[in-house]
Amino acid sequence: MSEARERTNRAMLRVRDTLDRDYDQDLDVEALARLVHVSPDHLIRTFRSVFGETPHRYLQRRRVERAMFLLRTTDLDVTEVCLAVGFTSLGTFSRMFSAVVGQSPSEYARHATLPAVPGCFMMAWTRPSTFTHGSPSRSSSPSSPSSSVSEKPDTTSPH
Amino acid sequence: MKLSYPRLSSIYVLDQDQALDFYVGVLGLEVGTDADLGFMRWLTVRVPGDDREILLERPGPPAHDPQTAEQVRELVAKGAAGGWIAFQVDDVDAAHAELVEKGVEITQPPTDQSYGRDMGLRDPFGNNLRIGNVTV
Repeated sequence: MSEARERTNRAMLRVRDTLDRDYDQDLDVEALARLVHVSPDHLIRTFRSVFGETPHRYLQRRRVERAMFLLRTTDLDVTEVCLAVGFTSLGTFSRMFSAVVGQSPSEYARHATLPAVPGCFMMAWTRPSTFTHGSPSRSSSPSSPSSSVSEKPDTTSPH
Repeated sequence: MKLSYPRLSSIYVLDQDQALDFYVGVLGLEVGTDADLGFMRWLTVRVPGDDREILLERPGPPAHDPQTAEQVRELVAKGAAGGWIAFQVDDVDAAHAELVEKGVEITQPPTDQSYGRDMGLRDPFGNNLRIGNVTV
């Protein structure tokens, strides 16, 4: 019983690591599901039960976090950042970013500074949370047609 | 009081034989102590020649009740047990190539950071490890 859950958790961690590593690629849910030998529907359901959000939603927030990072630390413009983190549509990226962060990408780029701490911690701790109270992301949750990890928008996620 | 350095640290592993295969066989550490204490197998590894040891600790009775052990094991498996270790290396990219060759799960390929260059990987159980050339 527990061993089965350990194996499941480890497999879902493998999927999450893939999202964190390959967020700039065109990830599709079938390939992720094959990685851990389950069906796409089963992957989405299981991932959500282990980590509390769907792979699609996790990836969106990883991409937003990486975009925040690039806007803070590089001179890339908004379009370049959009493409660098795996979005293919500037409109989708800007809407998603604004909904999650509460500022447009260009506004954010003008004001944001953070102290230098190890990059792996920045990635782990500054990915905008699905679960934070009062997060701007609660007001709306646009789906991202450019990202095919989940065909479904996040309407099933708690708001 | 003046502490010098952390001489012994600990990380949860789910299987000590498999842990040996990975930490010694793959990462190239050496066994510090491998002793059956009866109530537990005291298993430490270290960088060859170093006296800073890492205890590869298996969650379970009698230290944990069975239900707690089960919860800890499940947290380890989803990367949420909290333990992690960062190793220093001269050539991060060479280490990366070697680990890829050995089939290790890479969580972040070698990346330039404000503090040097480093990479991320998982041990077989779900623990996060970093290998880097930290220069600051």
